[in-house]
Amino acid sequence: MANRAFEVARLPGFRTIALTAFVLLYLPIITLVIYSFNAGQSVAVWEGFSLDWYAKAWENEAVKGATYRSLIIAATASAIATTVATMAALGTTRRKAFKGQTAIYVMINQPLMVPEIVTAVALLIFFASIKVATGYTGLWYLIIAHAAFCVPFAYLPIRARLEGMDLTLETAAGDLYASHWQTFRYVTLPLMLPGIIAGAMLAFVISLDDVVITEFVKSGGQDTLPTYMLGQMRRAITPEVNAISTVLLALTVALLTAFFLLTRKNDK
Amino acid sequence: MTTIPTAVEAKSIVKAFGQGAVAIKALDNVSIEIKQGEFFTLLGPSGCGKTTLLRLIAGFDTPTSGKILLNGDDITHLPPNKRPVNTVFQSYALFPHLTVAENIGFGLQMQGRPKAEVTESVARMLALVQLEPMANRKTSQLSGGQQQRVALARALAPTPKVLLLDEPLSALDLKLRKEMQIELKRLQQETGITFVFVTHDQEEALTMSDRIAVMSAGHVQQIGTPRDIYTRPANRFVASFIGETNFLSGQSDGTSVTLANGARLPMSAPQGRVNLTIRPEQLRVVPLGTEGAMPAHVASTVYFGTDTHLHLHLEGGIDIVARQQSPAQGGEAMKEGTPVGVLFAEGALLALED
Ligand SMILES: Nc1ncnc2c1ncn2[C@@H]1O[C@H](COP(=O)(O)OP(=O)(O)O)[C@@H](O)[C@H]1O
Ligand SMILES: [Mg+2]
Repeated sequence: MANRAFEVARLPGFRTIALTAFVLLYLPIITLVIYSFNAGQSVAVWEGFSLDWYAKAWENEAVKGATYRSLIIAATASAIATTVATMAALGTTRRKAFKGQTAIYVMINQPLMVPEIVTAVALLIFFASIKVATGYTGLWYLIIAHAAFCVPFAYLPIRARLEGMDLTLETAAGDLYASHWQTFRYVTLPLMLPGIIAGAMLAFVISLDDVVITEFVKSGGQDTLPTYMLGQMRRAITPEVNAISTVLLALTVALLTAFFLLTRKNDK
Repeated sequence: MTTIPTAVEAKSIVKAFGQGAVAIKALDNVSIEIKQGEFFTLLGPSGCGKTTLLRLIAGFDTPTSGKILLNGDDITHLPPNKRPVNTVFQSYALFPHLTVAENIGFGLQMQGRPKAEVTESVARMLALVQLEPMANRKTSQLSGGQQQRVALARALAPTPKVLLLDEPLSALDLKLRKEMQIELKRLQQETGITFVFVTHDQEEALTMSDRIAVMSAGHVQQIGTPRDIYTRPANRFVASFIGETNFLSGQSDGTSVTLANGARLPMSAPQGRVNLTIRPEQLRVVPLGTEGAMPAHVASTVYFGTDTHLHLHLEGGIDIVARQQSPAQGGEAMKEGTPVGVLFAEGALLALED
């Protein structure tokens, strides 16, 4: 092993830098979680263990409403985004390179590249004129906005799954008397399902977490959990925010772990 | 053979890929008739168009011109799922999300056969390929040979009129390949289904086939039984692709041929310069001076186990290889430089069209 590859881990000071990075990443989150169990009013002074803030958050009508909206929006938007992404992935993979392929990839992935604040302002103006014209002020503006920026997150794992798929399998299905629809139903769809589920979960998490676009697009009384928390921050901060954050964190970690497990299975 | 009806007929098939000047003719005016119940082999080097022809018969592609007939019906433009033809893919293409039994039953299920019939048929197929204990395994848990048998059972389950096999044994190691050759032959005889088998291995083609079509560069060079093709190759390509052979040239006067060493051998061939071929095992190496033998000397010997190849040097600059059984134990191999005589077996020297 005379000619070993360059290993960053062998550089002097690597351990210190890595350790600092981890501490900076996780210490605040750990602190946040710990203080969600604080008995007192402060998010900085420990006064003993209690679950009061969880109970308070649970009983808070505003939190309940925001949670409900967050879940409705995330569920509906990720369902729409996943459907669109599935069709986009089917249309853009498993064929020879075609004219305008890159352009289409860029367009599908646009929300990853355009600054979120720009999209937010654009949507605000766009929806404002629709609101004036139709008088509709319901949740669908938020759902559609979320669906739009969730598409690329759903698209990427589905596309990855499809690209790893052997096209001969579909030829074989056709050879064994399956119609186009049967081939899709009994071969293509089951094989791409892990990708679809992974994409849907990623889209769900992304939607659940969104602040900027939601803040701009929402009408009065349409706070989601993140925008509600942002609103709370402007007043006195209590460990109630920590409690809500901890629950969100747990949910996100659970979904992302499932996502990781599903996409890892793809490699086999 | 003349009374057996035709299963598959390819009529003047041309298949070109690409447009205009860059177009490649993968098949150039190919016509083949395959009889019902026949084990028919497409044999040729890689890139000669075997897979392309198989894909046209399966319906995965349509010819640029020409027709494909199945039992006399024109199926040229019928989609694959409407053709009673199944394929064993080179990569097996087993469905990874289904069990062995589900894979085998897939075709019948897509045809909408009743559940009881599917179950019964799958059980029969599992028995036929001796995979009953594997019925509920995922296909990824099987060995290469077992996957091969699942692919076969899956393609045979809907009892197609014709089974297409694209180099099905090429991924297996030698021992398993020999076993599967026997197994395939048995399956074909038991089911009576017409097999169209693709290989680039001439030995495999010779041992398994009822008839062989030798292909090269998009053309059919010769169609015939293994014996026909080996003993009466139509041209230089076939002679050199199937087995080993010697090429000579001679001058023909219509009833006899004169070789470069001056030997005159009686045979009928068109007058003028002719290309000749003779198989190494058709040469007899005898003591010098034997009646009718051409003088030669041994240039080198190559030992192959059962056989030994003698590279011989004849007068007039003729180099030729003779195959002999290796001498019995204790026997002496012939030494280089030994003067010998060479006899051609009667009728073994063939004139080739070029
Ligand atoms: N889809 C295709 N597009 C372009 N050329 C092709 C295509 N399929 C086959 N060919 C060409 O046709 C010729 C015959 O190929 P193939 O039938 O696969 O040969 P074989 O199976 O005998 O090895 C090759 O030159 C190959 O490059
Ligand atoms: Mg091939």
